[in-house]
Amino acid sequence: MSTREYMLGNVAIARGIVEGGGRVISGYPGTPSSEIVDTLSKMKERDFYVEWSVNEKVAMEVAAGAAMTGVRSVVTMKHVGLNVAADPLMTLSYMGVKGGMVIIVADDPGCHSSQNEQDTRIYSEFSLMPCLDPSTPQEAKDMLPYAFELSEKFELPVIFRPTTRISHGKADIELGEITEHRVQAKFEKDTSRWVMVPSNAVVRHPHLLSIQDGIREELETSPWNELTIKEDSKIGVIAAGIASVYAKEAIENLGVSASYLKIGAYPVPEGLIKKMYEQVDTVLVIEELEPIVEDRCKIIAKDMESSVKIIGKTDGTVPRVGELNVDHCVKALADVFKIGSGLPEIKEIEMELPPRPPAMCAGCSHRATYYAMKKVFGKNAVFPSDIGCYTLGIQNGTVDTTLCMGGSITVASGIYHSGEKQPICCSIGDSTFFHTGMNGLLNAVYNKANITVAILDNRITAMTGHQPNPGMGLTSTGEVTKEIDLEQLCRGLGADFVEVVDSFDVKATVEAFKRAKDYEGTSVIISKQPCIIYARRTGVKLTPFKVDHDKCVGCRMCVNLGCPAIEFDKETKKSTINAMCTGCGLCAEVCKFDAIKEVQK
Amino acid sequence: MSSKASKFDLVISGVGGQGAILASDIIGRSAVIENYGVRAAETHGMAQRGGSVVNHVRIGCDLGSMIPLKGADCLLALEPVEALRYIDSLADDGVVIMNTEAVHPVTVTTGKAEYPDVESIVAELKKTHRVIAFNATEKAAEAGSRQAMNVVLVGAVSNFLPIKTETLLERVKEMVPPKTIDTNVKAFEMGRSMVE
Repeated sequence: MSTREYMLGNVAIARGIVEGGGRVISGYPGTPSSEIVDTLSKMKERDFYVEWSVNEKVAMEVAAGAAMTGVRSVVTMKHVGLNVAADPLMTLSYMGVKGGMVIIVADDPGCHSSQNEQDTRIYSEFSLMPCLDPSTPQEAKDMLPYAFELSEKFELPVIFRPTTRISHGKADIELGEITEHRVQAKFEKDTSRWVMVPSNAVVRHPHLLSIQDGIREELETSPWNELTIKEDSKIGVIAAGIASVYAKEAIENLGVSASYLKIGAYPVPEGLIKKMYEQVDTVLVIEELEPIVEDRCKIIAKDMESSVKIIGKTDGTVPRVGELNVDHCVKALADVFKIGSGLPEIKEIEMELPPRPPAMCAGCSHRATYYAMKKVFGKNAVFPSDIGCYTLGIQNGTVDTTLCMGGSITVASGIYHSGEKQPICCSIGDSTFFHTGMNGLLNAVYNKANITVAILDNRITAMTGHQPNPGMGLTSTGEVTKEIDLEQLCRGLGADFVEVVDSFDVKATVEAFKRAKDYEGTSVIISKQPCIIYARRTGVKLTPFKVDHDKCVGCRMCVNLGCPAIEFDKETKKSTINAMCTGCGLCAEVCKFDAIKEVQK
Repeated sequence: MSSKASKFDLVISGVGGQGAILASDIIGRSAVIENYGVRAAETHGMAQRGGSVVNHVRIGCDLGSMIPLKGADCLLALEPVEALRYIDSLADDGVVIMNTEAVHPVTVTTGKAEYPDVESIVAELKKTHRVIAFNATEKAAEAGSRQAMNVVLVGAVSNFLPIKTETLLERVKEMVPPKTIDTNVKAFEMGRSMVE
């Protein structure tokens, strides 16, 4: 039986956690990191604990607590989640751990599914925690057991940073042995270590600095860095993480000779960089996002009074924004070698192609809630929103702002307190409300913001792949738990006006929004209806609808809902409903001519 | 020019929900069975909600998963506009295999954009490349289910892959829902017979 398997990068990372003996794994869903905890949660036989936490700060603290007892722990999140968890991160580096702790933060260069493309390696420099930066899914898996050991050796968490192309790439993976890391959890009282009052913190900070040289030396000779010297060339290439495989392919494609240093761990390998400087007079640094290796290379050159020329992002040879690829590397190399890149010419496509942006699914309950919201508040109202599937309401004119997780109610409050005269109605999903929306509601009520908060409760964390949340009464592994009642929760946070509606009951939802709009103070509407994808997967079947073309006058009211199941025939000037219809009935509700009816069997 | 770093580079494009990931998984797993190194890149998350999706599959590759521009040996398009949208990924001597059944994006259904005539898309592609175009959705319906369209196209591309047909067929049987095995085997064979 072959031990090679074709795997998604995140599944390989989950396997690496198991091979490395991870005992407590927590996380908050976020593309491209979600499938790590998903994979661990679905494993039938488990000798570890795994949870979806309510946010990244919470998740990081759960994993930190576990690592204090000596067991190995992991926390997973996407890059922007680390901003939420930055508070525990920055002091956890002083405090350190006993059991190995790995902080997995998946970056998203190119913003495939994110609101920014920040570089987690900066948090590594900032927190003084080492960082591993895999170049392939195989390396990602192999780095996990190593990361646990590194973390235990220095009693410091290790940051592990895959990017979208690692996490959502697939490759043949050679599986490894599963470590028998059986440590009995035992919390040893030690206030000088676990209580970061000022008198202890001022001791731990110099300790943290004192172990940096040891970490650097350990990583210098790790298998994640690799130097090849070419004695016939005065040019060197230093490439980090996933960019190292792009750079390698570009060198092969151009057929040039260059010394090559692949970097997969930070702090950067100073010894290897210095060795390269002895051979070359020019170094091209290729890395995605921020010029971290590049800046480090410049400092090293200056310290050793080397005249080596460092080329990279600062001079514009390598792009600082977006993802890199082989073509970027070919172009940069060709510039440095002063040869033609041989890159093919790309002709503009002469035909105009219709854009295909992501859209809310046919039968998505958010569409119905947004319809009612807009009908009551009007198009001039201000609609702050949040992060989730419902952000796609940007097409419906009900998403005016999206800043960060939980940033809807708070932004709405600020707009209200500025003196804005238009009514304000913000939207936030159930999982996002549990994440960081709750604090915003508490603050809005406390500070008397006259706004309406719509909680679009689709009973699951949908956008990231249907993870359970506290509103579902299920844990990550599907175990039954206390179902958190959103209405009670909102009342507990001080909201006096809270109404729960069925998103598909348009008339009732409209009436509820009218009362909320008239209410003086912070009003909350909880619009409840399960995510249609999840509902259908669990067996819910509704009767689809069709258009009676004798009654359809072509007014486009239904078409303007932007439902993928409704099409408009330009020739006949009538709308039709296609096979994607899930039977939500919203179009029938908005049709003034009674032209849309359930399909009769 | 196809890349030296890979034996066969395949780009699969389509619309979120059409089954592009299953198509690339069937091919990727088959390649691993035949002892090739495989690198693949997929579209997940936000872009899946009915948006345009593209997967890269590199067979016999141990570097990165992203195929350089004009580097692909084959572009397998599950939808006509999505063939034209990614034509820059295909080498000059590469082949387009495409489904001619259109899926209209919301920009078209709501009247904000026009969907070009499918025949003119095929004609445009034929100006520069070898094109194998047919209605894979209808073929799949003939085989028993429109859902099997992705497997029809895997059958068609099997004529070009450096992988044995039996290996691919075995993966199809393993990876589709058990009740649909017969339909999908038929779909694969119908697709395979579409290429002379």
